[in-house]
Amino acid sequence: MTDLTQAVLNGDRRALARLITLVENDTGEGQQALDGLFRDTGKTHVIGVTGASGAGKSSLVNCLVEEILKREPDKSVAVIAVDPTSPFSGGAVLGDRIRMRAIADNPHVFIRSMASRGALGGLAQNTQAVSLVLDAAGYDPIIIETVGAGQSEVEIASLAHSVIVVEAPGLGDDVQAAKAGIMEIADILVLNKADKAEVDAAEMALRSMLAMGFPSKEEGMWVPPILRTVATNGEGIAEVAAAVHEHSAYLHQSGNWQKRDQIRLQVLLRGLLEKKHHQEWEEFIHRDEFQQVFDQVIERELAPHAAAERLYTDSFLKNSH
Amino acid sequence: MEEKKIRVLVAKPGLDGHDRGAKIIARALRDAGMEVIYTGLRQTPEMVIQAALQEDVDVIGLSILSGAHMSLVPRILELKKRAKLDDVQVFLGGIIPEADAKVLLEEGVKAVYGPGTSTTQVVEDIRGLFGKA
Repeated sequence: MTDLTQAVLNGDRRALARLITLVENDTGEGQQALDGLFRDTGKTHVIGVTGASGAGKSSLVNCLVEEILKREPDKSVAVIAVDPTSPFSGGAVLGDRIRMRAIADNPHVFIRSMASRGALGGLAQNTQAVSLVLDAAGYDPIIIETVGAGQSEVEIASLAHSVIVVEAPGLGDDVQAAKAGIMEIADILVLNKADKAEVDAAEMALRSMLAMGFPSKEEGMWVPPILRTVATNGEGIAEVAAAVHEHSAYLHQSGNWQKRDQIRLQVLLRGLLEKKHHQEWEEFIHRDEFQQVFDQVIERELAPHAAAERLYTDSFLKNSH
Repeated sequence: MEEKKIRVLVAKPGLDGHDRGAKIIARALRDAGMEVIYTGLRQTPEMVIQAALQEDVDVIGLSILSGAHMSLVPRILELKKRAKLDDVQVFLGGIIPEADAKVLLEEGVKAVYGPGTSTTQVVEDIRGLFGKA
C-alpha cells in the first residue's frame, strides 16, 4: 500500500482528489493504487441520475444529497458529475456545481466533475474506476450524474445499483416515452418541474409507458414509482430519498444486488480488455500499412470489410507474432 | 495513456450580479482544450477552496467586479494555504485598481487582468505555467 492510498483510506480529501486525477488520467500509478484499494470496495450503494439536459438532474442531486444527510447525518456522500467534452478542442466546461450550492462546502460531501473525454454512453471511460476510489474511501452512497442523456446513453444502467431517470413536462409526447432506451433503465422515475402546467399530461404518458412495460405485476417485482418533484424548492425530495432506500432494500432481498455488482465488474473487466486490444491494434497495424490499404478504400478499389480483413490478417496477425 | 488535461476552476466570489466575463474566459479556456469547472455566482471563499480541492485543479481563476477584491482575495489565499494547495496558482480578473493589483501580486496572485485583456493572453499565460506555451 502506498502513502497515497493509505492517506485516502485515512480520509485525507486532498489525497483522494489527487488519486482521482491519477485514475481519471489512466496513469500507471493510478491503476496500481486502484488495484491496491479494490478489496475495500463493493459495499457502497451507487445511484445513477440520468435524463435529458435541462430536466433538472443537478438540482435534484443537490436536494437529494441534502435529504440523505438529513436522514442519516453520519454518512459521507460523493457525487460524480459528468459533462461532455468538446469534440473539437478536447476541452470542457463542467457546470454541474452551479446547481449544487447547498452541498458545495459540506464536509460530508465530496463532489467531483468529470469530462466525458470522447466516451459516448453518457459517462467518461474511467467513471467506474473513479467511483471505486470513492467507494474505498468510504463514501456511501455515491451518486453519478450522467451527461444530458437522449435515448441511447444507457451505460449508467450497468454501473449503478439504482437508476433515477429525471423527466420534465414539455420535453416530448407519449411516443417519446414509448421509445426504447433510457426509459427502460429507470428504477425510479422522477417527474421534475411538477409545478408546470403540463405535468398531468406528462405523468399520464409515463404511466401508460410503464403499464406497457409491466403488464402484470408479480409478487416481489420492482415496478418503478413515478414521483413528482420541484427540485428548486425541495418539494417531493423526501419521497425520492425514501424510494432510493426502498430500492436498495429490494435489491438486497431479491438477490439482485449481487447480480448488479457482477454486471458492474464485468463491464469494467471487458472495458479494460477492449482498451488493451485497442492499444495492440494501434501498435501492430503499422501506420504505412494502414494508409496503403486505406488509399485503396478511398479509390473504391477495396470495400471496407475486405480492407478490415486484410489489415487483420496481413498486418495485425503477422506483426504480432 | 491520456495526456494530462489542465484543469481550471473559474469562480466568482462575492456579490457580483453578472458573470459574462467569467463565462467568456471559461469558454476560451475550453476552446484551448482545458477542462474548466465553473461554479457560478456568489461563491464564498470557503466554497472556492473546497471546489479547488475536490476538483484537484491546477489553476483558480477568480473574477471580481464588485470592488471587494481586497477582502476576498487575501481570504482565499489564506484558505488555500491552510488547505495545503500550494501548487495551485491563482489568477484574478475584473476591475482591480493598479495599486491593489500590486499588493495582491505580492501576496501570491500569479497575474491580474483588467478589462480589455485578450482571452489569448490568459490562455497563453496558463499554458506557460505548464510548459505548453
